[in-house]
Amino acid sequence: MVTTDLNIEKIRKDFPILHQEVNGKPLIYFDNAATSQKPQSVIDALTHYYNTDNANIHRGIHTLAERSTTAFENTRKAVAEFLNSNEVEEIIFTKGTTEGINLVAATYGRKFIGEGDEIIISGLEHHSNIVPWQILCEEKGSVLKVIPVNDKGELIMEEYDKLLSDKTKLVSVNYISNALGTINPVKEIIDKAHGVGAKVLIDAAQAAPHATLDVQGLDCDFMAFSAHKVYGPTGVGALYGKRALLEAMPPYQGGGEMIKDVSFSGTTYNDIPYKFEAGTPNIGEVIALKAALDYVSELGLENIAAYEHELLEYATELLSEVEGFQAIGTADNKASVISFLIDGVHPFDLGQILDAKGIAVRTGHHCAQPLMERFEIEGTVRASFSVYNTKEEIKTFVEALKSAIKMFK
Amino acid sequence: MATISSIQESIIEDFEMLDGDMEMTIGYIMELGSKLPDFPEDQRTDENIVKGCQSKVWLHAKLDGDKVVYEADSNTAITKGLVSLLLTILSGQTPDDILNADLFFKERIGMNRFIGTQRSNGFAAMIKQMQIYALALKAKIEA
Repeated sequence: MVTTDLNIEKIRKDFPILHQEVNGKPLIYFDNAATSQKPQSVIDALTHYYNTDNANIHRGIHTLAERSTTAFENTRKAVAEFLNSNEVEEIIFTKGTTEGINLVAATYGRKFIGEGDEIIISGLEHHSNIVPWQILCEEKGSVLKVIPVNDKGELIMEEYDKLLSDKTKLVSVNYISNALGTINPVKEIIDKAHGVGAKVLIDAAQAAPHATLDVQGLDCDFMAFSAHKVYGPTGVGALYGKRALLEAMPPYQGGGEMIKDVSFSGTTYNDIPYKFEAGTPNIGEVIALKAALDYVSELGLENIAAYEHELLEYATELLSEVEGFQAIGTADNKASVISFLIDGVHPFDLGQILDAKGIAVRTGHHCAQPLMERFEIEGTVRASFSVYNTKEEIKTFVEALKSAIKMFK
Repeated sequence: MATISSIQESIIEDFEMLDGDMEMTIGYIMELGSKLPDFPEDQRTDENIVKGCQSKVWLHAKLDGDKVVYEADSNTAITKGLVSLLLTILSGQTPDDILNADLFFKERIGMNRFIGTQRSNGFAAMIKQMQIYALALKAKIEA
């Protein structure tokens, strides 16, 4: 049973950054799709690591190394649980979603995708899920195909069916669009791809803070997400991959940790996941990611999603009454992201005036230029809500927007 | 014609009256932009777009005697205001004065604080483009 009786005032107290003035006004942070704010428990975990446990992992025999290694591997277990992966070894730590996608392109892609093979992405992708495949296609002579988007900002699934063939080797799509908030039918996308023998990578960067992730239920082959969008630190993320695939893939980068033995005549690579984790990782940040996942788990992702949906509906209702408001992306199934334009007002100007009123929104193409081209626009104003936002903030935002618009009349 | 320095001092005085209020400052900049004369349509070309601005800025320069006259426009109201500030300071000055100008008003009005890094880069690109035009027109005068 989904409940939305979260104590938002109590939740807000967990986020110290929210309690400040920006340009003389109380901060309203509506740029959560870019990055979320961090609860005190995450900040404390980071501080605790550097104050008491700082040591390199996996190699030291001393107490601090033991503590760091245990905490680091505990996060791996927490991520495995968060994604519902079958095995802890299927979780690879990365710098974030972008690196996760690049890792798959550079290892799985380079080994298993060749000339004439096809990779399918969608018209809703951000640059991180476009460019790595373009690079791979250029190198291997493979072909990139794109699932088109309808006027509501939804994928046209009939067109996806037409793109699939025995040439399709990989499908890589986002679960939730960062620019429009569209929630994609990923289960259907995965099942259909598997029907032609293709593997599937799910970019869960936007989904991680809003939707329950279940790699076994979805049966995806890879899934990538970033810690910083799910209340965790920046510079850290995770890639899930099915064991058999990870074992078949060559290493990503060479260096320490990813080897078993090195001699000048040759090297034996380590087992998964370490084979893909060359060098000293972002140890403190990985450890703090567990605190973020614990925080989410305590609130319950279903509760978070239900509350954010309330915010989305409230904001959509208020915004629809604003003169000249035009929503970009009106998918039936949407996360708490509203991308919009106001007739006759440039998004940059609106963003700047809202900032002067203490309100942080994103303006521009949201690193999804092809999607903006699809809608024949340069960019949008994007307000994206998180669990610590309130209806009062939305009301203030809409009033501020109306007052900003008056400046242009 | 007032000097580049005296025009800047006058602009600084205007901004001081706004007392650092971000909203009023942006409103004032937009108001300046709205007073910019219409940009000649035949100059609205890709060649006249300033490279390095996130917003679109068209900038054109011509000679009036030995003075450089700039014309500009932008697709965003705030940027239009910013470019109008530059036109107030530099349009109607000689190429040498433009090339030797110390644009101290930027720091004195605290521009970086209220336009942010991205727009600051765009603003720097506008200044550079105006100097390039001044240099080209100087060469034309001397030819």
